[in-house]
Amino acid sequence: MGLFDGFKVTMSQFFRPRVTVPYPQKKRPKPLRFHGRHVLNKYEDGMEKCIGCELCAGVCPARCIYVRGADNPPDDPVSPGERYGFVYEINYLRCIHCDLCVEACPTEAITESKLFEFSFTDRRDAVYTRDELLVDDKGMPKAQPWEDWRPGDERNTSAWMRATSPNGVAAYEGKVAWSGELGFGVRPPERGQSDAPAPAGEIAAEEAATPVGERPVDPGEHH
Amino acid sequence: MGDPLYAQGIDLAVLLITLLKVVLTFVFLLVSVIMYIWFERKFISDLQNRIGPDRAGPYGVLQSLADGIKLIFKESLVPAESDRRVYILAPYITTITAFAAFAIIPIGDRISIGGHQTYLQLANPPIGILFLLAMSSIAVYGVFLAGWSSGSKYPLLGSVRASAQMISYEAAMSLAVASAVLITGSLTTRDIWQHQHTWNWNLWQLGVVPFLIYIVAATAEIERPPFDLLEAEQELVAGFNTEYSAFRFAVFYLASYMNTITVSAVAVTLFFGGPSGPHIGFLPALWPVVWFFLKVFVFMSAYVWLRATLPRLRYDQLMDLGWKRLIPLALYWLLLVGALRIGDDANWPWGPSHSTWNAVTIVACAAGAGLVYFGGLSAAVRVGRQRAEEETEHADGVRV
Repeated sequence: MGLFDGFKVTMSQFFRPRVTVPYPQKKRPKPLRFHGRHVLNKYEDGMEKCIGCELCAGVCPARCIYVRGADNPPDDPVSPGERYGFVYEINYLRCIHCDLCVEACPTEAITESKLFEFSFTDRRDAVYTRDELLVDDKGMPKAQPWEDWRPGDERNTSAWMRATSPNGVAAYEGKVAWSGELGFGVRPPERGQSDAPAPAGEIAAEEAATPVGERPVDPGEHH
Repeated sequence: MGDPLYAQGIDLAVLLITLLKVVLTFVFLLVSVIMYIWFERKFISDLQNRIGPDRAGPYGVLQSLADGIKLIFKESLVPAESDRRVYILAPYITTITAFAAFAIIPIGDRISIGGHQTYLQLANPPIGILFLLAMSSIAVYGVFLAGWSSGSKYPLLGSVRASAQMISYEAAMSLAVASAVLITGSLTTRDIWQHQHTWNWNLWQLGVVPFLIYIVAATAEIERPPFDLLEAEQELVAGFNTEYSAFRFAVFYLASYMNTITVSAVAVTLFFGGPSGPHIGFLPALWPVVWFFLKVFVFMSAYVWLRATLPRLRYDQLMDLGWKRLIPLALYWLLLVGALRIGDDANWPWGPSHSTWNAVTIVACAAGAGLVYFGGLSAAVRVGRQRAEEETEHADGVRV
C-alpha cells in the first residue's frame, strides 16, 4: 500500500551507516585533489622552485597573491636560474582556493595542500608570507600554531596532482612530466582511467590501505 | 471505587502522601519531557540517516536540559500591541491542563506507603476520562488566547487554525473514547484498565477501529505531525506562539511534548490494557509500571516515526478527514458497539439461548444500516464537491 511505503523508507535509514560524522572528532576522507592551504615547493637539492615570475599573482581572481621577484645572488642562488621570489604573500582572507595559481605556475612552485582548518584570530596571521609558505628541510609544510594538520593533509600536494588529473589528456597517462621534490623525489604517476598498470609508491599503497567505502568519491561517478 | 487512601478519613499522613504523589508526578513528567525531546531528536536523526545532537553529555542526553536552561535565561519579550495579562496567562493555561490531564492515568496497581494503601495514580475521580476531555478542551483556550493576545496577525491566524482543528477532532476523539467507556460501563480510568485485565484489551474487544480513530484524532488534537498545521512555517511563521520567547515559549514547548506523552498514555490505558501484562512473582508491584511504560514508549516512538515520514496535511484535507470521515465513522462504530452491548444485555432478538445468532443478527442489521449511512454520506460529499466546483467556475476559478 502506497501509504505505508514511506514508513519503510524512513525505517530503512535506521539500519544504514550514517552519512554524517561527528565532525571535529572524526573526519571524512578528503578528495584526492582537495584545494587547501598553499605550499611553496623546493627541488630535491633544496633550491626553491619559485622564480618570481608573478604569473600566479596575475591570474589570481581574488587578487590575494603578492609576489616580488629579485635577481639571485650569484654566490648563493636561492633558485636555479636568474630570479627568485623574494617576497611571496597570500592573504587568506581573500583566497578562494580556486587553484588557478597552481595552474599558472610554470615551475610547479606553488601547490595546494589539503589543509583547510586554519582559523586565525588575528588578521595579521591571515597573510602568509614566504617563510610560512615554504616547505621545510624535509619537504614538509611548516605548521603554524593555529593550523590543524591531519595525517594526509600534506600528501599529494605537488604538481603530480595537476599533471595526473583525470580530466587531462589521456595520452599522457602514466608518463612522468613533473619535476622531483624535496623529501619525495620524483613521484610516480597515478593509476589513470584506462587500465594502466597500478603504479608503485605511496598512492598505490594508500589506495590499497583505504577500504572502498571510505575512499573519496569522484563526483562524476556518484549516482 | 475511589482511592483507598481516602477511605479512612484524611489526616496529615494522607495529605503528605498525596503531596508526595503530586510532586513525583510533576517531576516525572518534567524529566520524561526532557528525555522525550532528546529521544525524539536522536531517533528522528536515525530515521533521517544523520547523527543528531551529540555535544551535550554522552550521546547528547543533556541537550534538551541545555536548551531549557538557555531559554530560561533569555529575555521574555512582551509585544507592545499585546493584551498583556492574557498574553502572560495563556502559556500557563496550556501547561496546567497538560499536567493535569496526566493525573488520571493509572501507572500501576496499588502500593502501600506507611500502612496506607494507595493507587499508583495521582487521582481516580469518578468522572475519570471525562476529566481528560475537559482538560483537552480547556487547552484550546491556552492556544487561542495566546494567539489572540499577541496582537499580531500570524499568531492570530495560527491560533484560529489550531483551535478549529482541535475542536473538530475533539468530537471524533470523544466518540472513540466513549466506545471504550461504553464497553467498560465505567468512566474511571482504573475501571477501564481493570476491565481489560490481562490480555482482554479493548483493542480487540472493540475492533481496531475506535483505536485508529482515537490515535488519528488525538494526534490532530495535540498538533503533532502530520497534523501540525498551526506551525506550518511557510504559511504562519510559527503559529500561535510566534510572539512568545524565552521561558514562556519553553512552557508551550513543554506542554506540547507533555501532551504527546499523555495521549500515548491514554491510548495505552483505553485500548492496550494499561499497566496489565504477564504476572511476575518477583516484585509484583513493579511489573505493571514496567509494562505501562514499555507500552507508552512504543507509542512515543511511533509518533517520532510518524513525524519522520508523513508530510503535513493541507487545511481542507484536514477538515475533510475530521468531519467527513472520522466523525461519521466514530459515530457509526459507537452505535454498533452500543447495539451489541444492548443485544448482549437484553438477549435481543432471539432469546438467551442464541447468543451467537443474536450477535450475527445485530451485526447484519448494522452492516445494512451502515451501507445506507455511508452511501448517503458519500452522495452528500459528492454533491457538495460538485457544487463547490460549479461555484468556483462561476467565480472565474477563484475557490470560494
